[in-house]
Amino acid sequence: MEHSTPSIPFFKNNNDCLLEADMNTILEMRGITKTFPGVKALSDVNLTVGEGEIHALVGENGAGKSTLMKVLSGVYPHGTYEGDIVYKGEVQSFAGIPDSEEKGIIIIHQELALVPLLSIAENIFLGNERAKKGVINWRVAHSEAEMLLKIVGLNKPTGTLVTNLGTGQQQLVEIAKALSKEVKLLILDEPTSSLNEKDSEALLELLLEFKSKGISSILISHKLNEVVKVADKITVLRDGQTVSTLDCDKTEEMENRIIKDMVGRELTNRFPQRTPNIGDMLLEVKGWNVYHQIHADRHLIRNVNFNVRAGEIVGISGLMGAGRTELAMSIFGRAYGQKISGEVQLRGQPIDVSTINKAVANGLAYVTEDRKEYGLVLENSIKVNTTLSNLEGVSKGIVIDDNAETRVGLEYKQKLNTKCSGLMQQVVNLSGGNQQKVVLSKWLFANPDVLILDEPTRGIDVNAKYEIYTIINQLAQEGKGIIFISSELPELLGMTDRIYVMNEGRIVGEMPTQEASQEKIMRMIIKDKG
Amino acid sequence: MSQVENPSPAHSDEGPQVASVASYLKSNVREYGLLIALIVVMVFFQVVTDGILMKPLNLTNLILQNSYIVIMAIGMLLVIVAGHIDLSVGSVMGFVGALAAVMIVNYEMNYVVTIIICLIVGVAIGALQGFWVAYYKIPAFIVTLAGMLSFRGLTLALLNGQSIGPFPTGFQKLSSGFIPDLFGVGRPHMLTIVLGVVLSIFLLYASWKDRTERDKFGNLEEPFSFFVLKNLLIVFAINYLSYIMAGYRGYPNVLIVMAVLVAAYGFLTSSTTVGRRIYALGGNVKAAKLSGVNTERLTFLTFANMGLLAAFAGLVFAARLNTATPKAGYGYELDVIAAVFIGGASTTGGVGTVTGAIIGAFLMGVMNNGMSILSIGIDWQQVIKGVVLLAAVIFDVYNKKKAG
Repeated sequence: MEHSTPSIPFFKNNNDCLLEADMNTILEMRGITKTFPGVKALSDVNLTVGEGEIHALVGENGAGKSTLMKVLSGVYPHGTYEGDIVYKGEVQSFAGIPDSEEKGIIIIHQELALVPLLSIAENIFLGNERAKKGVINWRVAHSEAEMLLKIVGLNKPTGTLVTNLGTGQQQLVEIAKALSKEVKLLILDEPTSSLNEKDSEALLELLLEFKSKGISSILISHKLNEVVKVADKITVLRDGQTVSTLDCDKTEEMENRIIKDMVGRELTNRFPQRTPNIGDMLLEVKGWNVYHQIHADRHLIRNVNFNVRAGEIVGISGLMGAGRTELAMSIFGRAYGQKISGEVQLRGQPIDVSTINKAVANGLAYVTEDRKEYGLVLENSIKVNTTLSNLEGVSKGIVIDDNAETRVGLEYKQKLNTKCSGLMQQVVNLSGGNQQKVVLSKWLFANPDVLILDEPTRGIDVNAKYEIYTIINQLAQEGKGIIFISSELPELLGMTDRIYVMNEGRIVGEMPTQEASQEKIMRMIIKDKG
Repeated sequence: MSQVENPSPAHSDEGPQVASVASYLKSNVREYGLLIALIVVMVFFQVVTDGILMKPLNLTNLILQNSYIVIMAIGMLLVIVAGHIDLSVGSVMGFVGALAAVMIVNYEMNYVVTIIICLIVGVAIGALQGFWVAYYKIPAFIVTLAGMLSFRGLTLALLNGQSIGPFPTGFQKLSSGFIPDLFGVGRPHMLTIVLGVVLSIFLLYASWKDRTERDKFGNLEEPFSFFVLKNLLIVFAINYLSYIMAGYRGYPNVLIVMAVLVAAYGFLTSSTTVGRRIYALGGNVKAAKLSGVNTERLTFLTFANMGLLAAFAGLVFAARLNTATPKAGYGYELDVIAAVFIGGASTTGGVGTVTGAIIGAFLMGVMNNGMSILSIGIDWQQVIKGVVLLAAVIFDVYNKKKAG
């Protein structure tokens, strides 16, 4: 990654600190305890971050990482927690985010906080406008924005609307926004969870560059390989307590050590074992073409052919924007795109997938990558969500049999080990892993032949991931065909029997998983571009 | 089920699932709070009007006056649950009333034929608006605002700016008729009292059956004492109101129609696939669509149904006034929408009940009626209604925040 770094005012004080960076402590959180009614979310947590250090904060979902960062940034104001925040040698009492931002502590949340229909420059200076007496000086704003974009390595005109940027690029705008506030301590909450490998790489490079400029970072991430790659120190949280703070030595064993601390036991195998029992051809897609939902001239999916056999788990890998989700959704009842052409066959017979209803009736199911937006009716109960795709299965005519529905709900709750207070619990109150289990329950009850799983473990903690993998293996064992879309290559390598590689709307490679490796897949993608 | 791994704040009781009366009331405060509010308001006006509110004649009038709002509130509930709004219902109601008057009075058509044609016209109007909302994704606010203006204009055009009436007696019976007393006593109206008793026995049986079924599947939350109390209150209310109305001329026809509509739509929303899917699409249209719900068609049908009920309300209204006026239904859409929101429906869709909407409508109706008896001017009546609407929604949002 090459970043030309012009000398600009934003880093003015930081170069001096460089020499003694590792010695100085910029932040010390001491004995932080935070209680919610009935729950102790944090109990006596300690976190020490050195100046110019990349400090990773890891832990399962619900371990208290986000709560800790909310305490730090003032979302939970001083007085609502016990313990001290010592920042630059002084005890701080932040009453809100503006207080912490003023001191140079900037948090970038998992869900990006940009306004889609405003330009890059407008977003960067939102709430912090380059203005005199309320009148914005656009010339200054744009030229400063341009400098900031140069630093983060985003080559776009500053007038571009944010909605026209990809997720990775939006992330860079967020970072540019943080830089505009003269950041000293940058907190990134799962910054790479929706980025592809390449963009993730670039982002991590950027963190390293900031480090060399004396900016400290706290990195919250589930992706341990990335953590190990860039972090200087790692603090592991479990159940609201500090388990350990490790010096990161960038070795293979490091990851296992972290996992052990995270889950409280040694995970000998991150993927459950399965003996593939692959049967006849199940689903075949031939000559599939899709054009963009809105821009009819953009040819998104180009002449794609692929297949999956009974009992087989087939992976689809590719960079963000390769068209994997678009491919899956267009097959699933034309839920995406227009001018769709091609043929879908099930057991050698062409099937009609022109509407979602027909696709479901013909044995397809699609588990979305975005379960909150596309997978669940969050305000509704587990029971209601479970039967949504197959209401006929619990109804006589148009009348729902409440008891049959309860029975089905209980059955899948037990089968998938969904942790909840009861079937009537709203899914919005469940953890990510349990929400995903409800989505899976819904599709299992619809009893499909082929399941398309789009990033099924995104944002899910290690234990729940293992459970989801086990369920996927079981489904394959029952003779269903599984199409497994994932941006995490280790996951594909650990779970699948065969992998397709997609790039720019085309399938550019196919290989048995035994012969696959991360390097091989990445090479296929890069070679395709060149 | 006793292992609660992930306790939600709303449901932290341990051991048996059946909650105590207090905690059950607390977690269902929205549903029962509304009913309690209605009772409180009724008792209040009963006292301050020296008992006029619950006089047989006034109670009957109260029901007749609010029948068209109630009928439209049922349709509006579905529209709002689906995440939309219909501003045109007042105008559609006026238009259909005018159409009926022109057909019956000017062209001397048979009133049964007229009613059927008018209902079909209502469905067509609703379908036309629903078509743009469902298939072309034009915001319902705009489509029905256009409808509101157009049909108000068409009403004026149809009536030439004048009132048309009177209607034949047969048509008037739609609204001002009463059920006959098969026992021939007349006063008190025995059939009304008998119907009240039969209805209460049926309701008791149904809720007992529901409770035992729920118990069997461990689906029971309501404490037993609460169950008894609730049913006693319902039985008392039905029989008390029946008794009062028997003192005048018995159940009005329109009350029977309303009861049937409430029962039918209550069932539709709570126990059928169609109802469930409307709630799902209102809650999260993208997730519903990707689960195989035909969201467009359901939205379309919801609006067509709204048109049907608005047309029906228009006929009832015209029959009650015995004339069709250009002003009929003017501003009623706001009363209907207010009733649904007071009844606990969510402004973002996906939440709301038919019973809630009905109670909301009657809450407004009782306040209108009571304040009129007290000869409070229309000016202050509007102010008070506005405040009640705002308070109800604030209460809702506050509750939701507390629970979340």
